[in-house]
Amino acid sequence: MAQSITPSNIFKDQGRVTTVGRASDDWKYKFFSYLLLTMIAFTMIVPFMWMISTSFKPEKEILRRNVFPVEPTLDNYSDVINKTDLPLWYKNSFIVAVMSTVSVAFFDSLAGFVFAKYNFPGKRPIFIIFLTSLMVPTEMLLIPWFIMSSNPPIGATWVDTYWGIAFPGVITASGIFLMRQFMQGVPDELLDAGRIDGVSEFGLYWRVAVPLSLPAIGALCIFNFLGNWNAFIWPLIATTRSEMFTLPVGIQQFSSEADTPWNLIMTGASLSVVPLLIVVIIFQRYIIEGIALTGLKG
Amino acid sequence: MKLTLAKKKVVWAYIFLAIPIVFFAYIRVYPALFAFQMSLHDYNPLAAEQPFVGFENYERLFDQLGKRKSQTKSAFQNTINYVLLGVPIQLCLALAISLMLNEIRFMSTLYRVMFFLPFVTSTIAIAWVFRMLYQPRFGLFNVILQLVSLPQQPFLRSTQQALPSVLALVIWQGMGFAIIIFLAGLKQIPRTYYEAAEVDGASRWHTFRYITFPLLNPSLVYLLVLQTISFLRMFAPVIAMTEQGRGGPLDSTVTVVLQTYREAFQSFNMGYASSLTVVLFALILGVTIIQLSVTSRRIN
Repeated sequence: MAQSITPSNIFKDQGRVTTVGRASDDWKYKFFSYLLLTMIAFTMIVPFMWMISTSFKPEKEILRRNVFPVEPTLDNYSDVINKTDLPLWYKNSFIVAVMSTVSVAFFDSLAGFVFAKYNFPGKRPIFIIFLTSLMVPTEMLLIPWFIMSSNPPIGATWVDTYWGIAFPGVITASGIFLMRQFMQGVPDELLDAGRIDGVSEFGLYWRVAVPLSLPAIGALCIFNFLGNWNAFIWPLIATTRSEMFTLPVGIQQFSSEADTPWNLIMTGASLSVVPLLIVVIIFQRYIIEGIALTGLKG
Repeated sequence: MKLTLAKKKVVWAYIFLAIPIVFFAYIRVYPALFAFQMSLHDYNPLAAEQPFVGFENYERLFDQLGKRKSQTKSAFQNTINYVLLGVPIQLCLALAISLMLNEIRFMSTLYRVMFFLPFVTSTIAIAWVFRMLYQPRFGLFNVILQLVSLPQQPFLRSTQQALPSVLALVIWQGMGFAIIIFLAGLKQIPRTYYEAAEVDGASRWHTFRYITFPLLNPSLVYLLVLQTISFLRMFAPVIAMTEQGRGGPLDSTVTVVLQTYREAFQSFNMGYASSLTVVLFALILGVTIIQLSVTSRRIN
């Protein structure tokens, strides 16, 4: 991970290392590798298949032992959409994730640009304070955040508002660190040439640094969106009314009745997971390489 | 007023950083200090007063830990069990899979994506799926056990099996991340080392033992720390997989963070809950410091 990150090499394939030769036992090794990998990959997929298959089962088939529905039905989907707040949870999750992702993309890259390309008194201590905040677990801040949200400096209460759900994540230290690493690769000559041409300092960020860092900003946006879409513990605390729940909070609340409505939970889970999986599969190359290069944990 | 370029840059740097500085001060630094302060008070948001009690919350915490059985004690014991079982199993599996993935070409992207999908899935959603898989009679795992004529298992309903059952989900879900980091580490190992080993006639095991494993050390240390911290912070899988999110049966799956959540937001003992989070912070800090000392020793 000690590799230097520059715009030119970040998304380039670096050629894989394989142990060469050993022709005699190579095919055996490969055969067993494929066999084992296929078995493990199967266990990775089965829970998703079970989830989707159950979402198409009529209620009476839930307690039976058939894996696939005998009489597939869309009733669960219409029930979940018409009789629960799931459409609202969907909207809430989406709004919160987009809000914080846009904010993170802008502020993290701007702060990263400043730490990479400006010298000013207090630079080191400020940067260190930003980074040390990563060591404090979110769990320690939940209770103070809750107290602050119920009695905020601006507005009556932040509980049950979009801002209240999103505020802890609108700027992230890990994102600033990532953007700083990346923007160190922006050539100083380019910035100085811009200054001579009369480009404003913000213009240098917006028209020189940002276009050169788009791959990193893209990776940051994807992780941030995923992280917010799946976030659970803070939205659980920051919301009290069902209309303001995010998807994970809403799915957790399905169970509150004595009887667990498995078919509805699996339908809600499918609706929350499947669209995102499709997006992830489309962008898998960027996501996997982004994680590999940054060590970001979503 | 005419500023020199250097001074102008300083001014702009602070203008650009103004909002992030306010944010970190108010949303990250101040709440952290506030948490310490709360842990020294009998803090109940519903009460009229929040009296200062010194270290009483910590005394209560250690008193609970000293008891033969208490929820706090179970929370810490289980959390340590999750870490001690979860981290080694997850990393060994991920390492084995990465080594196999690293040697194949055909379909390797497909496999990587499959191993990686659980990691980007909502923990709550997939934990509910696993909860269903673990059900007696109609859950898939018991259906499979019956197909191969093995006795049915209670899984989440047994005090013995509940913790490993929750752990299985967490290992399953987090493995993809470790695989990606290991694969990135494997790519960094210069090919010439393997060529030299082959010239010397080294066996596959020796190549792994003397080249791959030592050179993979940075990835391994990095993952050890990150996964230890994430297992220490476990919350969502337990609340989703246990009856009414209580960490049962009989506190057999409850974690420090779940205990904190219940004390703070169900019993409103926010002072005591804060002292729990301060101890959690100390544990995480300890892990990070051990990592830093290990990493710097290696460089020397």
